[in-house]
This record gives sequence, structure tokens and C-alpha cells, in this order.
Amino acid sequence: MRIPCPYCGLRDAHEFAYLGDATVKRPDPAAPGAEDAFHDYVYLRDNPAGAHKELWYHGSGCRSWVVVARDTRTHAIAGAELAREVTP
Amino acid sequence: MSRLPSGGRIDRSRPVSFSFDGNSYQGFAGDTLASALLANGVRLMGRSFKYHRPRGVFSAGSEEPNALVELRTGARREPNTRATTVELFDGLSAQSQNRWPSLAFDLLSVNGALSPFLSAGFYYKTFMWPAAFWEKLYEPVIRRAAGLGRAAEENDPDTYEKAHTFCDVLVIGAGAAGLTAALSAARSGARVILADEDFALGGRLLSEQHPIDGAPAASFVAKAEAELASLPNVRIMTRTTVFGVYDSGTYGALERVSDHVAVPASFMPRQRMWKIVAKQAVLAAGAFDRPIVFGGNDRPGVMSAQALRTYAVRYGVAAGNMAVLFANNDYAWSAALDAAEAGVRLAAIIDVRREVAAPLQARAKALGIRLILGGEVVATSGKILSSVIVRSGGREETIAAEVLAISGGTTPNLHLTSHFGSRPTYDESLAAFLPGTPPAGLAVAGAAAGRFALGETLRHGAQLGASAATAAGFAAAPMAAPRAEDTPSGISAFWQVKGTRGLAFVDFQNDVTAKDVALAHREGYRSVELLKRYTTLGMATDQGKNSNMAGLAIMAELTGQGIGATGTTLFRPPYSPVAIGAIAGHHRGKDFRPTRPTPTHQWAEERGAVFVEAGQWLRAQYFPQPGEKDWLESVMREVKATRSSVGLIDVSTFGKIDVQGPDAAAFLDRVYINTFSTLAVGKARYGVMLREDGMVMDDGTTARLAPEHFIMTTTTANAAKVFQHLEFCLQVLWPELDVQLASVSEQWAQISISGPKSRDVLAKVVDAPLDVSNEALPYMGVAQGTVMGGTKARIFRLSFAGELGYEIAVPARHGEALTRALMAAGAPFGITPYGTEALGVMRIEKGHVSGNELNGQTTARDLGLGRMASTKKDFVGRVMAGRAGLIEPDRPILAGFRPVDPSKRLRAGAHFIAIGAEGTLENDEGYMSSTAFSPALGTWIGLGFIKHGPERWGQRVRAYDPVRGEDVEVEVCDPAFVDPKGERLRV
Repeated sequence: MRIPCPYCGLRDAHEFAYLGDATVKRPDPAAPGAEDAFHDYVYLRDNPAGAHKELWYHGSGCRSWVVVARDTRTHAIAGAELAREVTP
Repeated sequence: MSRLPSGGRIDRSRPVSFSFDGNSYQGFAGDTLASALLANGVRLMGRSFKYHRPRGVFSAGSEEPNALVELRTGARREPNTRATTVELFDGLSAQSQNRWPSLAFDLLSVNGALSPFLSAGFYYKTFMWPAAFWEKLYEPVIRRAAGLGRAAEENDPDTYEKAHTFCDVLVIGAGAAGLTAALSAARSGARVILADEDFALGGRLLSEQHPIDGAPAASFVAKAEAELASLPNVRIMTRTTVFGVYDSGTYGALERVSDHVAVPASFMPRQRMWKIVAKQAVLAAGAFDRPIVFGGNDRPGVMSAQALRTYAVRYGVAAGNMAVLFANNDYAWSAALDAAEAGVRLAAIIDVRREVAAPLQARAKALGIRLILGGEVVATSGKILSSVIVRSGGREETIAAEVLAISGGTTPNLHLTSHFGSRPTYDESLAAFLPGTPPAGLAVAGAAAGRFALGETLRHGAQLGASAATAAGFAAAPMAAPRAEDTPSGISAFWQVKGTRGLAFVDFQNDVTAKDVALAHREGYRSVELLKRYTTLGMATDQGKNSNMAGLAIMAELTGQGIGATGTTLFRPPYSPVAIGAIAGHHRGKDFRPTRPTPTHQWAEERGAVFVEAGQWLRAQYFPQPGEKDWLESVMREVKATRSSVGLIDVSTFGKIDVQGPDAAAFLDRVYINTFSTLAVGKARYGVMLREDGMVMDDGTTARLAPEHFIMTTTTANAAKVFQHLEFCLQVLWPELDVQLASVSEQWAQISISGPKSRDVLAKVVDAPLDVSNEALPYMGVAQGTVMGGTKARIFRLSFAGELGYEIAVPARHGEALTRALMAAGAPFGITPYGTEALGVMRIEKGHVSGNELNGQTTARDLGLGRMASTKKDFVGRVMAGRAGLIEPDRPILAGFRPVDPSKRLRAGAHFIAIGAEGTLENDEGYMSSTAFSPALGTWIGLGFIKHGPERWGQRVRAYDPVRGEDVEVEVCDPAFVDPKGERLRV
């Protein structure tokens, strides 16, 4: 698998570390019910068969966290963006 | 001898000596082990997996299920190699396997009598009960009896390489379609790789006698090979199996660089693992001849019709004195007739069909071959085949034969097309599965796509080779395909002879019979996936290349569903077995991962240090002195010297992260549980950071070098993890923060000196005006300046050992010089280098937590650090650390432990149980995490987690360790055994 890093171009997946779901957002720790919200944020993930947005870390490259749009069935990658420019 | 007087693509001028089961034989260059054995009249080559049935060779390729042998001896012994793919070399030594005491007389063939117990599902049924049978019978007897070869018992002396390469068009298979595909692509200028598992190009053309453009097929192969070899944009890779298809046009291939020689040449690997990235690929992997199921179809001497031809035409070998053919298709006829024309005596052709194309019949009759149309083979006899029993027109007759060539039709080799999960589809007219949707960028050409006729295969390869090059961006056109035989092979689907006698095998390699398939059906395991798991059909190293079709055809008949609806299981990588050594490549033993020496490694070596691996690092563990009888004595000396005078240790392995930016302080407040925005410039502070789930991730000190500049230290083990976490926080959680991070772990050497004399030593190496007095550089202070006459340095006044201490950081290249300077300066004080063991003792004496306590399951509260957590701000992990279960009063908290009887040893891993209570899980109150012998106290001491730890100092419990059979009464105490008020740090 190769990932189109927005900085480095198409790079082998071995240069990246995988984290997972990029669609979850760290809850507001001051909001009421924060503990439940954090529980969901830390532990609950969907496991879609198909299109997914995932966080990958280009640790052996530019060190960017990248949001990769990947089809989990075919590994086809539709695109990648810098995480700091994406609002989940 | 069964070598034909002439013919074959072997070099009769180059005899080759080899041995099999201790007997010496001769073959020729160009032989395989299988062809050479057949040439020497050796037809019994192995014993089957479960029943130890005698087996001969079935095929002439990598799909071979029967002729598996142990190749070579000693450390190079390799089990389960297929005699059909082993190139003969001088001195080759092979042994038959899975037999005792000999191949011809195998006592374990008694397993055949046990066949009722070893039927389908025997793993699930027989091994269930009674439990006592498991140990006494099943494991020792059945497991030993059912098996294949023995792996070498010594380390493999050979090396294996990994290599990457790139091309525009990868052509897999160099047979008829592969050659025209490669030529058509290559002529456009595309970079082409042509890979074939065989040592010669040509595939079927090496064995078939069809003319191409009116000339022998061999001359077409020679011309094609010469042209391809002359093109600079073509790479021909023989002995190379493309075994897997992966994402984005990536292909795994195994090149057998030295398997065809006795010992690899100097500096040459045995095998090379290739990762080939191809813009486009053409799969031209050909097709297999599949068996027919009938009683005794596994007897040595029964082989595929194509194999009979290959041995005769390519190797000049008659597989036996008298052959008969049993088939249902025209292609098998031409194979047997080619063999007959090459000199094999063919007595009869038995075909289940009553109608067979007239030209074939005429060709057979011209050779004087008897034809039995509408006939079937119902049984075979002889330990090694001596005759076959044929039924036709309601009568049975016995025909003497040493070889029974069989063919139930042609199965396209579509293995690689299903590596992405695509299911093959059934074609009734061809009685074969054809590729479904192959992986993107992979086109399937020739026989692998069901285009069996030679002329069509050649044209199809040309067409797909050109279109692959076009798709890769080249102006390509199909080459003018040469003319060849274009008549499709007639076939009448036929899988199994009814009313047959003896065990009728579907899967030779796993000893699965037609009865097993029927049993699976009766017991409800009817889907192909269940059939496979229940009977093990298709699960052996040949992955059912020979057996799948007949197995699922029989199931389809039983269910009445039809073959298309029954479907087939999927093939997965690898196409043929790949040795673990090839996958590991150079990553073996010490080369498994990089070794990182510290900046003072050479100095420590000179001092006779014993090293320990810490992650990838090699750290000095202790420095033994002459006369010391064990490590403990060395470590005690190092600790005492440090606490009484001064000791030195290299702490460069700690992770160091440079944090800069206007928001650096705010950022640290968010990742540490305690506050760093209040830290003064020139000061350091101990910090703890959590994972978002509330557990401690790491700890370390962070110093403020300037208002917007911090230097963070992490533990050795977590350096990379923490850095990745901080980048995550900055880029994903809080991209609005203006902070930059840089890992500087390798840029700075850091040497720690500890002990009451450490300031005196330090003062001798720092340059004026740097002042290291207690007033100028108090505890937790940070100073910047130069040492050793101009070397830039940062000096941190802190100590993990719990003494007056300093860590001096200098650019990594000066680390060794600094160490030597400190050693020289400290000589008058008896400065003592110490290693990680002594550091471990001192940190336990001091009650400092380390890896054993920061084990990913402990919170700051568990570590006794709960009060460090700020309540005035949010930080990563704060919300989850407050969960009820993590703050409940009964959750064990860090404490110290010492044995009531000072002579007793403590061990990490012991559990705390109340005195008088039973050693059960219900009574468990916590566990010991770290222990050491303390020179300061003269006894063993420990750190551990116990319920209500801080409230129980002075109480006694048992440290109960049933694993080691120990039970020691201990007193709970302050975890800071030495200098609990920290006075020594501040002097």
C-alpha cells in the first residue's frame, strides 16, 4: 500500500504508523457529561467495511499526521490531507 | 533404465551424480530430481501425510502433491521440497520422508487401517475425549505418524536477501502467452520483467510437440528469449516465483538464487525475496491437468497426462515401461500421443467419452494404440502400479501397465487472481473455473484465462502484453502472433468413477477421499468453505491446485446444486511455500533490528562493562572488577561508591524532545498532569503524562531554557511513542497552538554524576564563568555554558539516584570526551562508573517509579503521584483518570516493602495476602513490582502496589509467590527507603 502524503508525495505504507478512525473528535472536557463523552471517544469505534477516514503518522518521513481516505475492503486510497487542516 | 534413447532438453554430455535414500544414481544436467529418479526406474518417492500410502510423482511442476522429499543434509536439510522442481546438481542428496523404518517398508502405513478414525473431521471428533487419550495416544502416536518432513535442527548457514524493483509491465509466467506478452510490451520500450518459476523459459512449449509457424516450438522459444535478452528494458527472472499480489501493483516474488547448486557461491544468498512494484501486470501462469477420482488413483505410477508428456518430451524419460491413458478430454490425448511419439510405449487409451475427434483417433491408431471409448478405470493394483482394471460395455478386464496417465480436464492456474478476494466463476463448456475480477492492473492471459488452444494463447498474450504497455503509457501494438494449432480441446465433464474399488483420493497431499467428501455432506458441512475446514481438502502446501475441482464437483453432485452454485474456495498468498528464512532476509539474530550504541560505548567497553539491551540501545549494565565473584558484588560496590563519594552513568538513552514556540508552556500544561507554565526559566520539573484513557504513559523532567523554549526528557523505552503522541496532540487535537517539536535524543549526550562529591568533580570540568555552587545552581536548577574549555553544555541539577547530582548534556560527539574528563576530574574522589543495575537499586531505594511501575495499567494515583495532578486545568487523560473504578479506595497504591526476617529475599511478581489468609484471588491485595538488595539497608527491599498502601506503613502482610513456591512475611513501609525528605539532593 502506498499513501499520498501531502508533503512527501506517494510513499510506502511502511513509513507510516496507523492510529485509526479520524472522524472522532476529542470532547469538550468542561461540558456536562464529559466522562461519558470521553468514554465513547476513547473506546468506541465504528469498523466500516468500505470508505473510511483514518489517521496515519508519517513517522519515517515528514512526521505529519495525515487523514487518509481509504476503502477498508480494497485498500484503495481516495486521498490524504494534513490532519491539522481537517476538522473532524 | 527408463531414459529414452534420444530426445529431451537435457544435456546428455553432462552426467550428474546424486543420491536418494542413500543409493547413488546418475542423471543429466537439465533434469529435475523427479525426472532423474524416474530415469533410474525409481517410482516410489514418498509416503502420504495421514495413511502413509506409498506415492510416486503425480505432476512435473510446483503443484506436485506427492513427491515431497527432504533435500540436503545437516544444517541445510530442507523438508517437503517437491522433487518435481528440484534441479539436479552434482552431489545432491535427498531422503524420503514420513516413513519408518524405510520408504519401501513403512510400519506406519498401519495408519491406513486406522482410516475409520482419521476420516473427515477427525481433528474435531477423535481428539475430543477421553482426555487421558490425548496425552497417551493422540499426541504421541497420531501426531507423530501424521506428518511430513523434518526441519533442520541446526541454524541455517545460508543467507537470504531482500530486494525491491520497479517496472512498467510485469509478466508472470514465460510460457506461450507470457512470451508474446513480454515481446509485445517490450517492443514499445516499456520496462518489462518476465518472471518464471522454472529454470528455463517456455512453459508448456518445453513439453508440447505442436509446431509454431511450421517450426518446432523450441525454436520459437529460443528466438523469443534471444530477443528479450537483447533488449535493455527487459529483465528476465528465471527460478523466480511470483507468489502474491498486494496493494497498489505490488507483487511478492521469490528468486531461488542458489537452490540449484550444492552450496551458494561466496557472498551469494540462497534465495532473494523481491518486492516488485509494477504499473501493469500480465498473469500468464498456464493451467494444470487435474486428476480423476477412482479407487487406487494414488498408486505410484499414476500421474497426470501432461506429466507423462513432460517427462518424455522435456526430460527424455519414460515414466514406466508400459503406459495407458484414462481421460475425458482431447488435450490429454495429444499429451499421451506426444509421449508415445517420443518413445513411451502406450498400450491403450481409455476415454469416458464414446465420441472422440477423428484426427486424434487416427493418430492413435497409427501408433498402434488400443482405444477403449466409453470405458472407465475402476481399480489399480500393485504396490507400485502393475496393472489397471478397466470397465467398458459392462465387462471388466485387466491391462498390464506401469504408468496410468490420467486427466479429468484442464484447470486454469488462477491462484493469483483471487488474492484480493475475487471469486472465480464456473464455465460449463470448459468444465473449469475462470478468473473473476482480477486485482486492478492485472490482466490474465492464455491458458490461465481458459484460452487453452496454443494459437489462441499466443494471440491473447500478445494482445494483453500490448494493452498493459499502453496502460502504462507506451505506444504498444500486439506483435504478429505466430500461427499454431487452434482447435479447442473437446471435453466431457467427468470427476469420479462410480462403483470403484479401494480408497479413491480427491486430495493426495492431505489424504482426503471421495468418502470423506460424502461424509462431510452427510454431516452438513456442505458449503465449500466448511468442506475445506472439515476434511482439510485443499489445505496442504499445494493448496488444492490438483484437488479442489474434483472435491467440489463431488459435493455439487451430492447437493444437486451444480458446480457454479457450489463455488470454490479462495486461494491466498503464497502461491507456493515460501521459507521463513526468505521472509526474514537479513533480519536474523542480532540483525533483527538496529543496535544503538551510546556515545560512551567504546569507553564502557574499555572499562570491561557488561552490556544490556534496553530497547534498541546497548547500555552498560555493570562494570565488573577483577576478583568480584558475581554481578551482585559489582553492583553493591557501585552503589556504595556513588552514595559515599561519586558515581557516573551515561543517561544519553533518555528521549529528549525540544519544545519551542509561543504556546510551548500552554502545550506542556495540556500534556502533563502538572503545571509547567509556572516553571521559571533555568529550572527543571518532574512531570507525568497520561494516555487519554487515564493511565500513565511516561514520566521525566522538563526544563525551561527560555520563556518559549523547553527541553523534555522521556524514558528510554518510550522516546518514540511520546514524540508521536506529542505530534498527535499538536497536529490533531490542538492545531491552533504555535509550537514546534524536534527529537534531539541523538544530538545530545547526557552524563549523570551523583554522590556527595559530584559538585567537586563538576566544578573541575566547567569553564568560567559557569558557577555550579549550591547558590548559583540549586536543586532542580539548569545552567548553560561551556565545559572542557569551550564545549557547549547544559547542566541539570537532578538525580534519579537520590543524591546530590548533575546531568551534563553536551553535543553527542563530545560525550565520550566529557566522560573521560569527568573520570579524570573524579579520580581523586574514587569516581566509580556504574550501570543500569546500580541505577535500578538506587531508584528503588529512593522509591522512584520506573518501567515496572509505569506498566500501562497504573494511574498517577496508583503511583502515589495523584497530588501532582493540577485541578486548575485540563490535560490529556484527566477526565478518564477520574472514573469511579480508578479512584475507588480499594485500588492498590504504591508502597515500600521489606522482609520481616532480614535474610529473606523478595521477588517481583509476588502477591500480597493478609497473614493467615488463603492464597486465593479473592484475598489478593496487590503485587510487588520491583525488588533489589539494598546496600543502605543491608536487606532486600521492594516496591509494589497494595490496597490502602500509604495508610498501612508498619503493617505486615505476606508476599506470596506460588510460582516460585515462596511466601515471605513483609512490612509495608515508606517507598522512599533512603533519605525520604530529599535532604541529600539539596546540599
